[in-house]
Amino acid sequence: MKNLPQILRAAAADVVEAAPSRRSFLKGAAGAGGALVIGAVVPLGAMAARPTPALMGPPDPRPNVFVRVAPDSSVTVLVKHLDKGQGIMTGLTTIVAEELDADWAQMRGEFAPADSKLYANHAFGMQGTGGSTAIFNSWDELRMAGAAARAMLVEAAAAEWKVPAGEISVAKGVISHQKSGKSGPFGPFATAASKLPVPASVKLKDKAQYTLIGNETLHRLDHISKTDGSAIFAMDIRRPGQVTAVLARAPRFGATVKSVDDKAARAIPGVLEVLSLPIGVAVVAKNSWIAIKGREALKITWDDSQAEKRGTDQILADYRELAKKPGAVATAKGDTAAAIKGAAKVIEAEYSFPYLAHAPMEPLNAVVELTEDGGAEFWAGSQFQGVEQRVAAGILGTTPDKIKINTVWAGGSFGRRATPTADYMAETVIIAKALAAKGKKAPVHLVWTREDDIKGGRYRPLVLHKLRAGLDAKGNIVGWEQRIVTQSFMTGTVFEAFAIKNGVDSSATEGAADLAYKVANLSVDMHITKSPVTTLWWRSVGHTHTAYAKEAFIDELAAAAGKDAVAYRLGLLEEHPRLRGVLKLAAEKAGWGKPLAAGPAGSKRGRGVAVHESFSSYVAHVAEVTINADGKVKVDRVVVAVDCGIAVNPNVIKAQIEGGTGWGIGHALRDAITLTDGIVDQANFDTFEPLRYSDMPALEVHIVDSAERPTGVGEPGVPGAAPAVANAIAAAGGKRLYDLPFSKAGIV
Amino acid sequence: MIRLNINGQVRDVDVPADMPLLWVLRDELNMTGTKFGCGQALCGACTVHVDGVATRSCQLAASAAADAKITTIEGIQGKAAQAVQKAWADLDVVQCGYCQSGQIMAATALIAENPNPTDADIEAAMDGNVCRCATYVRIKAAVKQAATLART
Ligand code: FES
Ligand code: FES
Repeated sequence: MKNLPQILRAAAADVVEAAPSRRSFLKGAAGAGGALVIGAVVPLGAMAARPTPALMGPPDPRPNVFVRVAPDSSVTVLVKHLDKGQGIMTGLTTIVAEELDADWAQMRGEFAPADSKLYANHAFGMQGTGGSTAIFNSWDELRMAGAAARAMLVEAAAAEWKVPAGEISVAKGVISHQKSGKSGPFGPFATAASKLPVPASVKLKDKAQYTLIGNETLHRLDHISKTDGSAIFAMDIRRPGQVTAVLARAPRFGATVKSVDDKAARAIPGVLEVLSLPIGVAVVAKNSWIAIKGREALKITWDDSQAEKRGTDQILADYRELAKKPGAVATAKGDTAAAIKGAAKVIEAEYSFPYLAHAPMEPLNAVVELTEDGGAEFWAGSQFQGVEQRVAAGILGTTPDKIKINTVWAGGSFGRRATPTADYMAETVIIAKALAAKGKKAPVHLVWTREDDIKGGRYRPLVLHKLRAGLDAKGNIVGWEQRIVTQSFMTGTVFEAFAIKNGVDSSATEGAADLAYKVANLSVDMHITKSPVTTLWWRSVGHTHTAYAKEAFIDELAAAAGKDAVAYRLGLLEEHPRLRGVLKLAAEKAGWGKPLAAGPAGSKRGRGVAVHESFSSYVAHVAEVTINADGKVKVDRVVVAVDCGIAVNPNVIKAQIEGGTGWGIGHALRDAITLTDGIVDQANFDTFEPLRYSDMPALEVHIVDSAERPTGVGEPGVPGAAPAVANAIAAAGGKRLYDLPFSKAGIV
Repeated sequence: MIRLNINGQVRDVDVPADMPLLWVLRDELNMTGTKFGCGQALCGACTVHVDGVATRSCQLAASAAADAKITTIEGIQGKAAQAVQKAWADLDVVQCGYCQSGQIMAATALIAENPNPTDADIEAAMDGNVCRCATYVRIKAAVKQAATLART
């Protein structure tokens, strides 16, 4: 079964020319101002192959820079992944600092320029961030880059001090030679080191030698700039002569502009231009507020002939109809129908999941400036540089190398900033081009308002799961049948051929088709539906719904079998030691099996569990809830155990699991994007209600000590959170919840 | 022309009277620490202090702020502000960071006014500030730590 990163890689291999060679090598070069710069290139596919640390091959003529040691001793790591809050700049810098034996205080991070030939995500084959791949992807190349830089600095110091390199040690950013008593920081040796050949091989540390990796006391690199307002997001870019654009998009998905009356808009002082474009009507103004006012003054008639006019109730009803028929087969093991037929007990359940918006805190936006050479320069929280360069180049009739992208901090993404069509960045450059064609060329800042964001589509798809299982007299599962009905966001994209095989979209069946629980007879199939409503991967992708269906259903089976929810799962996970590990750890830390303290008068309390693997990380949640006398539910506490291999930066890991858990719970409680006659009912944070401070449970995160290769944590905290809460509600005597969000049942 | 007092400085801006303070700060004065999140007083990303009171600048017309003392994230000072920023940094509260100017402005106003906030006080002061990254566990810990710090 292919997972998302593999799909993207397969697709991108097709679109990105000249992938790095299959050799693995480091590259050193003298940088500006006498800095030592080190880059590493590991081959495409290294993620699976685990390259040996041996370094060989001729150097690339261009330095592929990952590490820069400056004469002032500061060490800068060039980060090819977007940091949208998940802390990857800190995580990747930690890896380099470790092998370099640097002091954390001298470390800096910087986003790498856009260049898929130099900075491809090895999981995708082009530059881009997603699928919780960053740490896994960069683990080898950055350790090698750090170790090589260290070796060259040591070599330079040895030459200067005229002592054997083998007698030199490095710790906390200080190079020292004990016998001669000589010591010094990195900076003075940077220039000499940059002139040395890159070592043919480097020895990487063992886990036992780590002082920075796994160190809980390291602060995030952005912990100051994001507390004093100085961190710069795309929203904060101000270029000379910059204008702001907002775009009026069709209220119905699939509609187009029929006619526009822009007289009133043009009459507003400060409105500079109104552009009627295939993507909508853009109002360009001297500032954001005037642009928004200008848009309000537009009178647009839309052509709805191709638009979605159904409401979500109808769409779901259509899905239920479709679910009566067998779908395309994702997994077929044994004879499920026969097994269920002969079962002592048959349990059935149907789960529905609504469309969901990502609603990153920083609304989508980008700044673009058309350049003299026919290309463009972007400032954006760019997540899919490889795609964005190609799309922008296509719009401008140039080549991707003419598209410069300055990646800046992104105010969240949750998947939204990475699209197969580069959507908001494409819009920006389309507007800039049209404006230039009117003789008004200027740097354009396209700003989405929150309403644009909530109504703008690219939602987590609406999904229906239908499950049926048979239990024997002892409560063992003899057969498990699952049907999934949903749209595919791969349809119509460059990824389609790779993601969808024989009618099955693996990004919709991940976590279901590869069911971890041991079941001899397993059948999973799916129907892919079509709608003009646009959909997209959303933090943890298919696992957002498959984990819920699986974990809520197994809980019901455990109850039907009269078994303890943890013991039942453990019994089915003999072949999955890491899932067992997190499950046991979370249960132990949560006091599973011990009675809960009583809640307020008239209330009922309960504990629920969920365990799930996603993106090669393993997570178990134990939730405690109170159902108050009025029937309303409060999530009190969640204990989480995570196994993500070597914990590079435990502080960041904990933050991601806290945030992912909150994300999972928040949306399950009361979020849905619904449509009435094809028009989105929600608009802003009053109707698409985010998790708030008062909703957040107390949280405890425990990390499994592991020597496995590190894997991602941006997404894996999400999938188990909601089902653990649902199972706790059931354990407290509440209803089992089949239709999300929970607010539909009137309990929040 | 509207005369504003921002972070102790007098700034004259030539904007329509009903233009929200948020956009005056961000687009006219290039003070981008104050963030746009919803534009409807629903998220708190745009929180500034108006005469010391935490206020959503996206719903405050510039002309209505003309006689007030406005403080933004770029200009906060004093014991409460320092304590809040230190606690925020010590506990690595931030993730994407986009909501955090607003969170810090809200927390600072709370502690400046109420040096010993109860859990309920903190909830009341912070519930209007959305964090899509769900950093709330650390926000809670940081507000408490900051309150302690500011008292000593
Ligand atoms: S931008 Fe003002 S409250 Fe959201
Ligand atoms: S830190 Fe990202 S929204 Fe709060």
